Amino acid sequence: MNIKILGSGCTKCKITYNNVIEALKETGLEAEVVKIEDMEEIMKYNVLTTPVLMIDDVVKVKGRVAELSEIKEFLQAKN
Amino acid sequence: MFDWVQKFANWLVYHVLGIASHSKLGDTINFFIFDTIKIFILLFTVTLLMGMINSYFPIEKVRNFLTKRKWYGLDYFVASFFGTITPFCSCSSVPLFIGFVKGGIPLGVTLAFLISSPLVDAVTVAIFWGMFGWKITIIYVTSGIILSMIAGFILSKLKLEGLLTDWVKTLLAKNQSMENDSIDVPESFIKRVPVIIKEALGIVKGVSLYIIVGIAIGGLMHGFIPTGFFEAYISKDNPFAVPIAVLIGVPMYSNTAGILPIMQVLVEKGIPLGTVIAFSMAVVGLSVPEGLLLKKIMTTKMLMIFFSVVALCIILSGYIFNLIM
Repeated sequence: MNIKILGSGCTKCKITYNNVIEALKETGLEAEVVKIEDMEEIMKYNVLTTPVLMIDDVVKVKGRVAELSEIKEFLQAKN
Repeated sequence: MFDWVQKFANWLVYHVLGIASHSKLGDTINFFIFDTIKIFILLFTVTLLMGMINSYFPIEKVRNFLTKRKWYGLDYFVASFFGTITPFCSCSSVPLFIGFVKGGIPLGVTLAFLISSPLVDAVTVAIFWGMFGWKITIIYVTSGIILSMIAGFILSKLKLEGLLTDWVKTLLAKNQSMENDSIDVPESFIKRVPVIIKEALGIVKGVSLYIIVGIAIGGLMHGFIPTGFFEAYISKDNPFAVPIAVLIGVPMYSNTAGILPIMQVLVEKGIPLGTVIAFSMAVVGLSVPEGLLLKKIMTTKMLMIFFSVVALCIILSGYIFNLIM
């Protein structure tokens, strides 16, 4: 599983990243987590608002913080 | 509408706490309790309402709406209007800007959206309402929209396309599809409600400390500074008051929540309302962190022009407010 967090490093992006790490820890699942902070890189994904949470290149949450409970649901659905 | 809050504050301060009414201490505490409760009720209601509207008009829809037809100038209004009901984290300014311009929305219209969005946000509207009443809030919102339209229009006439940073120019020149592969699963409204409530609560929580500190300072000033105190220093006739207020406001960031309660007391003590409105617009509309973000897409020259035009529009609206009120 590949998880990407797109965001230029604002507070919301950091919270989302921490939530992802926490969700992985709590579910015991493993994934490659990538933080994309470079604006030019972010623009390749055609998003309008950040932070964005992508799991296996599918946008799951955008423009807001992804909650821990949500992320756990996404992870478990994938498993 | 808030009579019961006032009654509750009176009861709590004068009966339960036993502080004499019309004493300085009593007035101060009463003011603090009344304002805090009122502002938090309004804050939650407005953020919730905006969250609901926003869940029907997400940013992608606004963009499609703006690109799908010819608007003949009306797009400045549409963009400014949607800017007021579409909240976004300031860190989204860059992707939004590029997404809009690449989608075919004119630069001036995109900028109008970027100006109006922070200028009229849920938190500012709620606090304005609580502090100055709904009439002045409507005037604030309307002038925020008009200001964004005018600033966007002026900026479009300045032909700033050449002043974008190189990587943005390259990106805009590339013929890349803007359709996103991943389409959101449409959720029913009921299903979205918990998320909307959670977000509204999150926004309220985020600004609550500022508000409480702001109201506490405002309460102290309310109780201890004599009415009309500032009139001698900052009168309506002082032509420099508005520009100075704007110049002080521009570098400040995100503290409207704390600043507005103090502003209300300043108005009560004699500072003209237009000056206060111009100041709050400068605080929310323009800021150093925002400038740093926009530097990614704008060259320094363009950024200076952008800030100057918006600041001038804010100063102008401050003068107009002082004239009509």
